[in-house]
Amino acid sequence: MIKNEIIRILLADDDKDDRTDFIEAFETLKIATTVETVKNGIELMKYLNEPSTIIPHLLFLDLNMPKKSGLECLVEIKKIKKLKNLTVVIYSTSSSEKDIDDTFLNGANVYLKKPAHLIVLKKTLLHILTIDWQYHTSGLNRENYLLHL
Amino acid sequence: MIYYLKYDVQAICKRLVQEQLQNLGINYSLLNTNELDINQALPNDFLHALNSNLVKLGIEIVSSQKSILVQKIKDAIMELVNQEDKLILSKTSHYLAKILNHSYRYLSGTFSEITYTTIENYIILQKIEKAKDMIAAGELTFTEIAWKLNYSSVAHLSMQFKNTTGFTPTLFKKIITQKKNNLILDTVNK
Repeated sequence: MIKNEIIRILLADDDKDDRTDFIEAFETLKIATTVETVKNGIELMKYLNEPSTIIPHLLFLDLNMPKKSGLECLVEIKKIKKLKNLTVVIYSTSSSEKDIDDTFLNGANVYLKKPAHLIVLKKTLLHILTIDWQYHTSGLNRENYLLHL
Repeated sequence: MIYYLKYDVQAICKRLVQEQLQNLGINYSLLNTNELDINQALPNDFLHALNSNLVKLGIEIVSSQKSILVQKIKDAIMELVNQEDKLILSKTSHYLAKILNHSYRYLSGTFSEITYTTIENYIILQKIEKAKDMIAAGELTFTEIAWKLNYSSVAHLSMQFKNTTGFTPTLFKKIITQKKNNLILDTVNK
């Protein structure tokens, strides 16, 4: 009676090429997904707060966005009750320890440094999806959901 | 004179199912995605009877045997991980095959199909989850945790922990502790 659910993914990134690469990376994965993108933090919060939006399973959040940064969005997201089970993946070019610590302390689940190559991105995304799916289906403790890639 | 009949198959099937359910006095909802939600606990033979009647009409209830099996595998793994007796990965396949009465190959295949991961990875994930809980609880040393989870040494635990989460146990502990402290501060400041 139950087909495997389609995993819903949302990307917030101001860089058009990064958004394109990201969508392309998902197209060839064996796991069924739908991918939406937004261009900045303001669009992101608007989308998430919209009552008709179906909350995605995973949010990939770029840190460096104009108008409203990824970190500001993260702090806001963690205060919203209906986004409690949304997995937040910080997706950034930064490898500064401070950025990494800040994002985990503020409630992000995964920190992913943007890989230079599409092939590496595909492999990493598959890894994240697989782990994340266990959190959605096996009752694992989200308080301890921390992953650094 | 020959007349052409147009069948609205969806409507026909739905009607047939509805009649069956109404005859049996079952409380249900028929969703548009071919899913039947039965709002009461049905004994197994009742379900069989319903299914046989439907089959005669060309309709079949597909209960996902695979999903049920996967849940049983997960339950068996949880039992293994939670018991403090020796958990040796190489014997797990025999154990699972024996208690679930299927070849390990069939179990593996079904598990991967439904969960997108392998049984081996899932076992490691559960062990590391337990390690995380113990670290967050803050009462045991890493040595004690490694011993409880049947790692041959702290180094072995750390290695698997780092491979699975990207963190060393020490760094993970630091972050979790800081998060807890922040939470306490937030509550105090309210």
